Amino acid sequence: MIPSKEEFFNGLAAKHGLELQKKFEAASVAVCGAGGLGSNIAIVLARAGVGRLKIIDFDKIEITNLNRQQYFADQIGLFKAQALKENLAKIAPYCEVTAEVAKITEENVTELLKGFPIVCEAFDKAEAKAMLVNTVLENMPETYLVSGSGMASLNSANLIKTRKITDKFYLCGDLTNDVAAGNGLFGARVLVCAAHQAHAVLRIIAGEFDC
Amino acid sequence: MTKVNGKTEAVTGLNIAEIVEKFGYNKARVAVELNGNIVPKAKYAETVVKENDTLEIVSFVGGG
Repeated sequence: MIPSKEEFFNGLAAKHGLELQKKFEAASVAVCGAGGLGSNIAIVLARAGVGRLKIIDFDKIEITNLNRQQYFADQIGLFKAQALKENLAKIAPYCEVTAEVAKITEENVTELLKGFPIVCEAFDKAEAKAMLVNTVLENMPETYLVSGSGMASLNSANLIKTRKITDKFYLCGDLTNDVAAGNGLFGARVLVCAAHQAHAVLRIIAGEFDC
Repeated sequence: MTKVNGKTEAVTGLNIAEIVEKFGYNKARVAVELNGNIVPKAKYAETVVKENDTLEIVSFVGGG
């Protein structure tokens, strides 16, 4: 028996406080990429009671994703955006989730992210991260952007931090450990970075703009 | 003095494209902020750094 929307809200308000829960419920967040960062960010935000999420990803789930990405074994082969929407519906049934199977490019960024004042960059390729960050900061100056860079390797999780680069741009990660340098991606360390990003989003929603 | 990623560097008079190259960054992987504002990629060559500017070069690495 799934609790009612009101019961869900009251349960969350009991943990977060009523005023903050109203802000979370009124918030809209777009998550660009539904891999190790994005799937975890989306689940944390949905659990917190964020009202509206848009998940954008073009990729399908592979067996090598399951060490860190929030999918089930029987979802291998499905589009990540759609599978994540299904999983989110079980976790947070009143979160309004839009799943978009699409590759984000310089040309479609503004259209895809319209109506979402907070955006998480959760891609895996460095060039894609740079493209999204540059395009959003250049063309959507009112948008808050939370990006992740540097979470590969088995190095200390304590190296991962949140930095505020400009008024609207937050950067999480260790900034240096590149998966391309032969570093592995370890679930716990990727989740630390995802948690930094999700927490930065919740703080922005709460009106806490320092990091 | 001009600061690049928090450190004082002799870059006054150089443009952003020159500075990105000087420090060995891959242009396709960076986002550059000058005094807290993003520098559009199309303006790297024409944006010259002045004395007392603060430059932040974010160089993204892969993984996610």
